[in-house]
Amino acid sequence: MENTGKNIITKETVEYVARLSRLSLDESETDRFRGQLEGILDYIEQLKEVDTEGTLPTTHVLPSMKNVFREDKLTPSLSNDDALANAPSKKDGFFKVPRVIKD
Amino acid sequence: MKDILSSIDDCRSWLAEGGMSVKDAAGEFLARISEIDKDIKAFAFEEPDMVKARAGQIDGSPDNRRLRGVPVGIKNNICISGALTTCGSHILDGFRPPYNAHVVDLLLGEQALLFEGMNMDEFAFGSSCETSYYGPTRNPWDTARIPGGSSGGSVAAVAAGELAASLGSDTGGSIRQPASMCGVVGFKPTYGRVSRYGLMAFASSLDQIGPITRNVADCAEMLEVISGYDKRDSTSVNVEVPVYTDSLDSDIKGLRVGIPSEYFIEGIEGDVKKRVEVSIEALKGLGAETVEISLPHTKYAVSCYYIIGPAEASSNLSRYDGVHYGHRSEKAEDLRDMYIQSRNEGFGAEAKRRILLGTYALSSGYYDAYYLKAQKVRTKIADDFREAFKKCDCILTPTSPTTAFKIGERSEDPLQMYLSDIFTIPANLAGLPAVSVPCGLDGKGLPVGLQFMAAPFDEETLIKVAHAFERETGFSKEKPAVLK
Repeated sequence: MENTGKNIITKETVEYVARLSRLSLDESETDRFRGQLEGILDYIEQLKEVDTEGTLPTTHVLPSMKNVFREDKLTPSLSNDDALANAPSKKDGFFKVPRVIKD
Repeated sequence: MKDILSSIDDCRSWLAEGGMSVKDAAGEFLARISEIDKDIKAFAFEEPDMVKARAGQIDGSPDNRRLRGVPVGIKNNICISGALTTCGSHILDGFRPPYNAHVVDLLLGEQALLFEGMNMDEFAFGSSCETSYYGPTRNPWDTARIPGGSSGGSVAAVAAGELAASLGSDTGGSIRQPASMCGVVGFKPTYGRVSRYGLMAFASSLDQIGPITRNVADCAEMLEVISGYDKRDSTSVNVEVPVYTDSLDSDIKGLRVGIPSEYFIEGIEGDVKKRVEVSIEALKGLGAETVEISLPHTKYAVSCYYIIGPAEASSNLSRYDGVHYGHRSEKAEDLRDMYIQSRNEGFGAEAKRRILLGTYALSSGYYDAYYLKAQKVRTKIADDFREAFKKCDCILTPTSPTTAFKIGERSEDPLQMYLSDIFTIPANLAGLPAVSVPCGLDGKGLPVGLQFMAAPFDEETLIKVAHAFERETGFSKEKPAVLK
């Protein structure tokens, strides 16, 4: 797709979005994603042509959909062992993670 | 290789004639898979012992349910309790879910013999099955080509006669586009028809599980088994499920088939266009009436999808951080660094690209311009369909603008890759049911798919028209060289 050059995504923007996404990219990844995101956003620019004045956003495709409630009652759920079975690290029935603050 | 799985009925006869236990049959299926799959790689990995254990359980039951012993593949983003389920991603290394997806419970209830590990694009992000951490799956019709994606493994295994049927998931065409490229039937039900409980979420407002089969009758049967209300999925819809197999062998005289001019655009391959035109004539021959319709917002569907899909995905994928399951980086010095390093190491390039795009579209200052705007355009697209269904009973289009492309051909150009879903995305945005059925081969001998879409919860019309078309043309009987 031809790059119409409407969007300018800077290296800093990519780094900022990566930070929000809990990713850290190296120099070459940042550079590659920067160009690709620019291209995709330029393509997506066409949405601006559509007149959506007075149009409600679709948050759910089926208009009949309502919020689903249930009674606040305990029902059977995973055992502690099952819930921890896939944990990369655990201790005393809890998930174990590295320290929050460095020394 | 003898084609013993050319239909679910064939498979049932084969099992009955052999008079063997399901465990013995499982051994035969596994041997068959080893032979065929070395060139196809429809399986990301295999767990033969788990398959045999499931077979043993079926043998141990006095019941004789409708899918007893029929081998069914499960896309690797649908949870089977205790089975390795990694979504084609390094970040879910070693993950074995402690519960079954609702559809898995339903299939086990009918005594289907389940096979895990069907390969897929990482987190279903892709149209070619090339972004899998386990490497690409190959198209059974030409192993230098992609099978389509993201449910490429589920589809290729059925097309190559390794399994009788399989389940995939479809967020923007991930069942229909590969079905089209591999010459099998792929069905995306209405949003809410099939429970998403136990399906690892990509874009929650678009995802839907559906069957992949060799023919329309099998598709109707699988759909019947997996459909229905489930309170564990809050978007599951509590409406009665028809007996879909009752819609087979219907007359389609007078059925109004809408043909949208917006789907016959530049960029569609000549042979694909020709096959679709021939198909329209075949339907007319069956007494269907064609109606010209317009879906004016079609050209915005890909843009709309590439905001909504990645936005929802970036949110859904925030849970993968190395704490509860899957890959955890060894390098991290503190908690925050562990999240970042685990995600950095665990996600592939396409997953990172979509997380970045989605996070950008949702970020402060851009939300209104991108996400909210896309949701409004989504309303316009759905409105187009509502208008169209006043004039027709179903809509016919090509499933994909091209037949299968070569491995590597589009992997460096994400936008070109995204455009291969241009005809399948609108049904997801509008929540419609849609099916892809084989409609012949192109000049290179590669399958072309025909798509039908219908109004929400009108799966029956799709089964009727697809079955009538299949009976008339016989294209579902064509098979790749490996099965001849």
